[in-house]
Amino acid sequence: MRTDRFAITEQEFNPRLPLRRRFGGLFGLLSAAAILIGLVTLGLLIADVVRDGWQVLSWDFLTSYPSRRPQDAGILSALVGTFYILLLVTVIAFPLGVAAAVYLEEFAPKSRLTAFIEVNISNLAAVPSIVYGLLGLGVFVRTFMLGRSLIAGALTLSLLVLPIIIVASREAVRAVPPSIREAGLALGASPWQTARYFVLPAAFPGILTGTILALARAIGETAPLITIGALTYVAFTPKSLFDPFTVLPIQIFNWVSRPQPAFHDRAAGGIIVLLAVLLLFNATAILLRARLQRKIRF
Amino acid sequence: MTVATRDERYIKEPTEPRALRIERLSVWYGVHQAIREVSFTIPARRITALIGPSGCGKSTLLRALNRMHDLTPEARVEGSVWWGEIDLYAPSTDPVWVRRHIGMIFQKPNPFPKSIFDNVAFGLRVNGYRGDIAARVEEALRKAALWDEVKDKLQKNALTLSGGQQQRLCIARAIALGPQILLMDEPCSALDPIATMRIEDLMRELAHTYTIVIVTHNMQQASRVSHYTAFLLADEDGTGELIEYAATRELFLRPRDRRTEDYITGRIG
Amino acid sequence: MTDPTTVTFASLEQRQDRIIGVLTGTRRSDRLRKTREAIIVAVLFLAALVSIATTIGIIYTLGIETYNFFRRVSIIDFLTDTQWTPLFTEKHFGIWPLLVGTLIVSTIAMAVSLPLGLLAAIGLAEYAPPRLARVIKPILEVLAGIPTVVYGYFALLFVTPLLQRFIPQLEVFNALSAGLVMGIMILPLVASLSEDAMRAVPQSLREGAYALGATRLEVVWRVVVPSSLSGIVAAFILAVSRAVGETMIVAIAMGQVPRLTFNPLVAMEAMTAYIVQVSLGDTPHGTLEYQTIFAVGTTLFVITMALNLLSYRFLKRFREVYE
Repeated sequence: MRTDRFAITEQEFNPRLPLRRRFGGLFGLLSAAAILIGLVTLGLLIADVVRDGWQVLSWDFLTSYPSRRPQDAGILSALVGTFYILLLVTVIAFPLGVAAAVYLEEFAPKSRLTAFIEVNISNLAAVPSIVYGLLGLGVFVRTFMLGRSLIAGALTLSLLVLPIIIVASREAVRAVPPSIREAGLALGASPWQTARYFVLPAAFPGILTGTILALARAIGETAPLITIGALTYVAFTPKSLFDPFTVLPIQIFNWVSRPQPAFHDRAAGGIIVLLAVLLLFNATAILLRARLQRKIRF
Repeated sequence: MTVATRDERYIKEPTEPRALRIERLSVWYGVHQAIREVSFTIPARRITALIGPSGCGKSTLLRALNRMHDLTPEARVEGSVWWGEIDLYAPSTDPVWVRRHIGMIFQKPNPFPKSIFDNVAFGLRVNGYRGDIAARVEEALRKAALWDEVKDKLQKNALTLSGGQQQRLCIARAIALGPQILLMDEPCSALDPIATMRIEDLMRELAHTYTIVIVTHNMQQASRVSHYTAFLLADEDGTGELIEYAATRELFLRPRDRRTEDYITGRIG
Repeated sequence: MTDPTTVTFASLEQRQDRIIGVLTGTRRSDRLRKTREAIIVAVLFLAALVSIATTIGIIYTLGIETYNFFRRVSIIDFLTDTQWTPLFTEKHFGIWPLLVGTLIVSTIAMAVSLPLGLLAAIGLAEYAPPRLARVIKPILEVLAGIPTVVYGYFALLFVTPLLQRFIPQLEVFNALSAGLVMGIMILPLVASLSEDAMRAVPQSLREGAYALGATRLEVVWRVVVPSSLSGIVAAFILAVSRAVGETMIVAIAMGQVPRLTFNPLVAMEAMTAYIVQVSLGDTPHGTLEYQTIFAVGTTLFVITMALNLLSYRFLKRFREVYE
């Protein structure tokens, strides 16, 4: 049967199949181990924080100002500060981000400027957050003379999360099928009316999901706020936009940096609260996304 | 409906030495049965064509012949494929071993983004070829009628080749391993007529050495190159069955089943 | 500015009424409408320009203060001096201690996240059943969503005491713990981007390799990984950029001792940690201390930008192959 000189015999191969299979299995185990290391670390981190911080959690902890005595120290000013910052960032960054996204998706001409804006946005998303802090320090705190205030912090964080909101909103707007736009235009609506009455409502859940995730990012940011000079010890709640403030991550940082273990437990307590807030945000985003996927069928 | 497919009158087995004997082969994807109890014999060193309308399960059948379905988690195969004394689906048969001996050419040329040389050497290297790899690569490229076109640029990326050249490279890659059987899944569907012609010439040449099974939706191609033809058709559930199998000339000139006749005269499909 | 989202709170009928109103408008209102539209689009355009303004703001702020800094400190000293002591009476302005601190901690982080991230990506893309991968991926990505201050806490108060049991000479503040924890933090980034790259490799290439008698491992290592290499490299470079710019972990767990050493067991200082250290004090505008953080910030910005651009180029090359 094998007369051709190109024919090949079994003896010319050394397939070592069992060995190759064993390597394969070993490698599968290795990759499972890599994933497990990530998951186990996550578990350890949460367990460690909960173990340290569980006993400090109380109503008093949430409603007391920080104190030099660890047993009295609470997170009221930080919690209020985080809430205000969140509110301000939403008010500033959300409309800006959505407007920019709508412009880029629906109105922007194919020009070099547009291309430049797009590249610029993706670059900004990768700039370290502390650089935004330096920007805030130079522009908002010094040049605009806003001082180390709530509004300076909110503006800084708004710029930080703006690229995230723009990218997420663009994706949501892009996901709206062209038939919706055509329907609008066919009814005689102008491009802007089409964008506003047809495209945006359809894209809204996606935009909201992206915005919530961006806000979650803002809640956890510490470095830029420290850089613009947010105080680490604030025993009052801000009364105006121009008052000094602190936020949860900074309060946590402050407590971690102290030598006394009792403060470390306070930090752990603060972390539990912070993680709970983030969990709430992420759960909302996930639910929203699930609802969006179920409900919207074009 | 199922009665007719098992009717021996329409399955005319070849008298030549056999390469593969397919027995009551069924394939499921999840709960959907893609082919049902297909049985026939593929002759050695001949070209056997699998034809039928889209969704009739011809590609599914082809992929069952070198255990490609093992790679799809939801796919399940029942029945046997006998290669000599070996059942490819016996628990003791290693699919990796099977695929080394039964090569496959795909619908779209799929060279690796590596050099031309490395593409052909790939199978030799992973399977621990003891001989001179460079000599074997050259020989395989010659056999695939590609050597003259690429001998000066063996280190160039394979993606720089034209579609037809890429497909011949994939054939070279497969025959370098010295398989006995080559499975071709619509190998010319992504190629222009001239490239198609060259591949068809190559197939005729290769049929002196190899058993070739080709899936094609092009009936002219089946009649041009193949010695035997199997016609498959899906029932109303989308499950493919073997309707008729015979020497190509016979099947095209004197189809026995009305559905075969309808298909080759262009009334269905 | 018109809030583009109010419509979602309006009922469907109202929306229809407004549209019908638009359709039955007169010619005069038509012209008004056109003007109004032009204004709205201009406002949207301005919103898009904010991102450019941000970039200009960053470059301007960093540039002007860095310029002021280099009017008082020679750039040669900055690049060649091996001491960084701007906060002491005897001042030295050599960036190297901070640069090396950043380098060491980033290297440790990459030594963790590179192999683990790639392995995890291979596991998720090639080994795990799709259903399991769909469950594991979001859990793994939780790691990327945890605030960095929490990682700082974990590094200082969990990982360092744990490591001290095995390495008694490990200082309370050290680059090792910070680097290890940072590596875990970056792991999801590496894993998820590498996985995307591997999933972009056409299934037909995998099948082609299997059909030549390759095992799964060989398909992964000899076909999938090489075919997605530029995408994976892009992921790694982006991860390095993240490590270099990471602040809170190093500020909390690595220390604030700007000394030039390659020993990861002792306290040192990263560039970002120095910026935090100065920011925590009350440094008046215009002082040399104030300007140092911008000089350090510029160095950081230049490094991360270079890495980001490099990553982008690799990604572009990767996309070109599979167009």
